[in-house]
Amino acid sequence: MITLDYLNDAKAQTQAKIKLQNHKNGFRVVVGMATCGLTAGAKEIYDTLLHEITAKKLDNIDLTPVGCVGECALEPLVEVIDHNGQKTTYCKVTAEGAKKIVESHLCSGNPVGEMTIDNFKKTDGALQQVRIALRNCGVINPEDINEYICYDGYKALGKVLTEMTPDEVIHIVKESGLRGRGGGGFPTGLKWSLCAKNKGGQKYIICNADEGDPGAFMDRAVLEGDPHSVIEAMAIGGYAIGASQGYIYIRAEYPLAVERLNHAIAQAYKAGLLGKNIFGTEFCFDLELRLGAGAFVCGEETALIASIEGERGMPRNKPPFPADKGLWGKPSIINNVETYANIPAIIIKGEKWFASMGTQKSKGTKVFALGGKINNTGLLEVPMGTTLREVIYGVGGGISNGKKFKAVQTGGPSGGCLTEAHLDTPIDYDNLIALNSMMGSGGMIVMDEDNCMVDVAQFYLKFTVEESCGKCTPCREGTKKMLEILEKIISGNGTMEDITELEELALYIKDSALCALGQSAPNPVLSTLANFRDEYIAHVVDKKCPTKVCKALIKYFITDKCIGCGKCKRNCPAQAISGDIKKVHRIDSSRCTKCNLCKQSCPVDAIILA
Amino acid sequence: MKFVLDEKKVAMLKECIAKHKQKPGPLMPSLHDAQSIFGCIPIEVQKIISEELNESVAKINGVVTFYSNFTTEPKGKHVISVCLGTACYVKGAKEILEVIQDLLHINPGETSADGMFTLENTRCIGACGLAPVFKIDEKVYGAANKDIAKRAIEEVLKA
Repeated sequence: MITLDYLNDAKAQTQAKIKLQNHKNGFRVVVGMATCGLTAGAKEIYDTLLHEITAKKLDNIDLTPVGCVGECALEPLVEVIDHNGQKTTYCKVTAEGAKKIVESHLCSGNPVGEMTIDNFKKTDGALQQVRIALRNCGVINPEDINEYICYDGYKALGKVLTEMTPDEVIHIVKESGLRGRGGGGFPTGLKWSLCAKNKGGQKYIICNADEGDPGAFMDRAVLEGDPHSVIEAMAIGGYAIGASQGYIYIRAEYPLAVERLNHAIAQAYKAGLLGKNIFGTEFCFDLELRLGAGAFVCGEETALIASIEGERGMPRNKPPFPADKGLWGKPSIINNVETYANIPAIIIKGEKWFASMGTQKSKGTKVFALGGKINNTGLLEVPMGTTLREVIYGVGGGISNGKKFKAVQTGGPSGGCLTEAHLDTPIDYDNLIALNSMMGSGGMIVMDEDNCMVDVAQFYLKFTVEESCGKCTPCREGTKKMLEILEKIISGNGTMEDITELEELALYIKDSALCALGQSAPNPVLSTLANFRDEYIAHVVDKKCPTKVCKALIKYFITDKCIGCGKCKRNCPAQAISGDIKKVHRIDSSRCTKCNLCKQSCPVDAIILA
Repeated sequence: MKFVLDEKKVAMLKECIAKHKQKPGPLMPSLHDAQSIFGCIPIEVQKIISEELNESVAKINGVVTFYSNFTTEPKGKHVISVCLGTACYVKGAKEILEVIQDLLHINPGETSADGMFTLENTRCIGACGLAPVFKIDEKVYGAANKDIAKRAIEEVLKA
């Protein structure tokens, strides 16, 4: 039977290992082995390090795989921590580099200067991250429950079950100001109290790990790097609302996260932290995974419930809300992965600590997944109220390839594009809604001067049209019609009346669709119309795409720089180029497929986009 | 490609379903197992699930056709998935998709005539820090471009 004393003993033992208390001048070496790391080749680096350390008979090294360190574009990442806690981060490590690290740093104590992060990352260093949800990611081995315990893992659950009532737990969560991190931003403590009000009978607590927003990978990092934090939080939540059964609904596109969660759940059962009479109390809690199957709409809570029940993932009318009538008609709580990841820290450090960070109505921190045309792609966690400029230029290191910032999309397909004018907006739930965008789950895609905003709007709409469940007419028919209008505009056949119709339709759909997918599907169109109307007008009136992205509106043209070598003519798959040797060649636009092969093959850069 | 019902696989599936039946909501886990065991869930397999779970084939067909991870047609020997999530899209994923389309002469959702390759657009796989990304089977290629895509396919063909 698990007790608090057991936790303390396990913590002490693991601490001795992690902090190298038995090794004089030892090192802890961690290798980032979440999806990005493994994709970049981290397994080979780990194996090389292990081989070298073994071959050199080094017995003062604790080599450990860890989860996402956050610097996704610089993987494979290796961090060397000495017994004083001093950390050296190595980036884009190769097998040769791994050997150098062992030889120079581990054997002789000399870091390999040219491989450290300052050589790779452009940032002004001013913005400090505050990692709460990501506190253990990149720090602990996610497959070792003892490392989780070492960093106060399951201490919160022990405290809650042995010292607190369910109402006291709900009170702390309420006072912390924690709001749903999946996008809705609903106050978590309030949600729990609404469910707890339904006394007696079966209840369920569910984790929404569907993370369907393209460009969002915050939850993946937590699930791959610190799965026990979610397990512990769900047990705490189960106790608070009176649920004995939990489900983690996780998308099938995250196989590593599924594997690590299953492993962690098995470990928790073995240690008595799940199952019957946890910490010797009357509280029993079971937890299992349920897999999604590639439907974005199942990120909506009622569609998620339908999916677990074995139905088509179609949303249901609310009210009744899941807190009263959810899974199999029973009171149910659904929260996002990142919301849960905050709970153990709030229980241990207190609601006042959490509420001391952030803005007046958005407390704590938020994890953002920075992607797109930015120098430092990856994950970051910062207090609410941090500005977009600080995120994009501070941690993000500014726009890649020296290009000019154009827009940042927040909130995925449900959100909107914000421009240069909005960069000094403090990020919180209400500020972003006021700007016709939303926090969403935290995905932030940066776009530069080469992105066409009409094309971007079409991209998002194509996605939502494909993912529409088909239940309600506004979404099923309306978004499809919106897409048809956008395609008309992009193909050069649009009119000003089309823009008016597009806008009207968008507003109708927002008002009448059944669920948040439909209600927010028009947002990317509305925000690009609001902030980049000139691009729409160029497509419609001038029949031009200012960024030369929309193929139907661009023409390939051979200038006088042409030396008549004939390379373009030979490469053209559509036989659209004519000309004699040593004479300026010509492109027949009616045959040209805009494949770009001619431009690529021209040795003198004579071909331009007009 | 013709679908063949293998008796051993049917037995495997029935065993999985028997396990799932012991808990509420057995249909989705059973469909995942069917997709994994058979590579697709055509009507013949739906009928087996229908009998084991006492649900109508119509209901099961409705669920199978709703979710994009479940297919009713068999896939090729190798599945190429090109991520068209936002981060990948703004970094040129469409071009990678086009070069693969040209090489293999198939469109997304189709399988090549020799049954070697199925091409798919995939939902975001969450490796946005390494955009653009594509996968061949379980191998993920990050920071990809047209040349990397070409070479990766050539390597698979050689193997």
